[in-house]
Amino acid sequence: MIVQELIFYAFSLVMIFAAVAVITVRNPVYAVLFLVLAFFSAAGIWMLLEAEFLAIILIVVYVGAVMVLFLFVVMMLDINLVPLKEGFIRYLPVAVLVALAMAAELLMVLWSKGRFGAEMFPVPMPNPADYSNTRELGELLYTNYLLPFEIAGVVLLVAILAAVALTLRTRPGVRKQNPAEQVRARREESVRLVKMKPEKPNGA
Amino acid sequence: MLEMLEPVINWITSTYIVWTLLKILVIVVPLITVVAFYTYFERKVIGSMQVRVGPNRVGPLGLIQPFADVFKLLLKEIILPTNANRFLFIIAPIISLAPAFAAWAVVPFNDFLVLADVDAGLIYVLALTSLGVYGVIIAGWASNSKYAFLGAMRAAAQTVSYEIAMGFALVGVLILAGSLNLREIVLAQQGGIFDWYWLPLFPLFVIYMISGLAETNRAPFDMAEGESEIVAGFHVEYSGSTFAVFFLAEYANMILISGLSAILFAGGWLSPFEGWPVLGDTWLAEGSIVWFLAKTVVFMFMFLWYRATWPRYRYDQIMRLGWKVLIPITLVWVMLAALMTVLGIVVKGS
Repeated sequence: MIVQELIFYAFSLVMIFAAVAVITVRNPVYAVLFLVLAFFSAAGIWMLLEAEFLAIILIVVYVGAVMVLFLFVVMMLDINLVPLKEGFIRYLPVAVLVALAMAAELLMVLWSKGRFGAEMFPVPMPNPADYSNTRELGELLYTNYLLPFEIAGVVLLVAILAAVALTLRTRPGVRKQNPAEQVRARREESVRLVKMKPEKPNGA
Repeated sequence: MLEMLEPVINWITSTYIVWTLLKILVIVVPLITVVAFYTYFERKVIGSMQVRVGPNRVGPLGLIQPFADVFKLLLKEIILPTNANRFLFIIAPIISLAPAFAAWAVVPFNDFLVLADVDAGLIYVLALTSLGVYGVIIAGWASNSKYAFLGAMRAAAQTVSYEIAMGFALVGVLILAGSLNLREIVLAQQGGIFDWYWLPLFPLFVIYMISGLAETNRAPFDMAEGESEIVAGFHVEYSGSTFAVFFLAEYANMILISGLSAILFAGGWLSPFEGWPVLGDTWLAEGSIVWFLAKTVVFMFMFLWYRATWPRYRYDQIMRLGWKVLIPITLVWVMLAALMTVLGIVVKGS
């Protein structure tokens, strides 16, 4: 138990540190890398909760794909930080107001009696050894939550199609290759072997 | 009470940790040795395919060549390019090496020889193989060099694209085996060579091999290096031991993909002659670590064979192949795999 708590605190501290660093470091590439670190720590904490499927999927989807694309974009940009910092003082009061409102809301939920707090929940018991987090999730998704799951899928599909439609431009006059034609090309169509007798150079 | 127990707890945890560390060493040390000889193997195999001898000067048959290479690389100077990001430049090779080794934690060598018998082994492996690209991207960016940067961009696009096809190929295996545990996936393939998943999932098997090539940035998908166009791509600025670590990572990844192909599609440690009455119960008919290693070596050989056979793909053709050819095929075959399971055509463990 002590070991588990130590692991939890280690991951939590790293995660908080990384999350703060994401918004404070100057270099955007470092910010993305710190975000990756934060995702890793979150995955570690989920592991402790025996949610191994979610933990690893977090790494596959966010770290393995989304953050790679983030890095891809951030590295291409030559971000000049000076214009971004402009107007910092002007917008500061509004930002503080929004931050305070959000913090107050969070605290109201957390402190409200009879909803959260350790005494409201039974002590979680470790699951038996043959418990499969993946199977459990799959069964819930494809039985109880089938329709919401399908709707989420359709929404994602619409988003994909919208992204394609928004960025699709038909440019006239662009020469394109037809891969099928290239694959169909045969040696006989383009290469001709000529048999001829060796010739002596003139004057030899 | 707790104070009295503390030394006991400490002792238990410490021995547990010591044991695990020993097990890790037992896996990692042979792995590094195999990597060293894999480079020798590659040069010999490609040499013989091109009617050359290959390395034959250092030691008998050139067998000491890998060690000569290692010492040469370790003794060379590490050069930091001007304006390179020091920290990221040094850490990038390590980032690319770590996942290649960490993935071996869940690989079952036989029925009981596995470091961590994890239930989510398959996605764990998928997650770790997708992390290797960070080393390449960070190296490309930190080098402060145009060639390295281009290599990193190519690697990022390529890995993200082929990961999808690879993931779907794994989904096919997952559907047939009904488990994410690599040991159970192997056990579900019992019954000899025609019960392994390469047969019912043949297109996925081929696609897994292709995406494996693309994920490890090997020829014909070595766009990230592309000697003829971007010199050496992401590791153009690396020298000495940092370069050696990149090299180590690439080969460790190849061995990992070979081992995974053996587990997922070729029955892992199971014998191809299982249940042949002619062989009775000799070792030939029984599953053992020998079979797993033999299958892995066959797939490792195929990596070299591809490299000696095919020219490098063009960048846009790689993207087209990944998105327009491989992913649609996997989508269809995943549905077919589901049908095979539902209709009882492929029954696990028979």
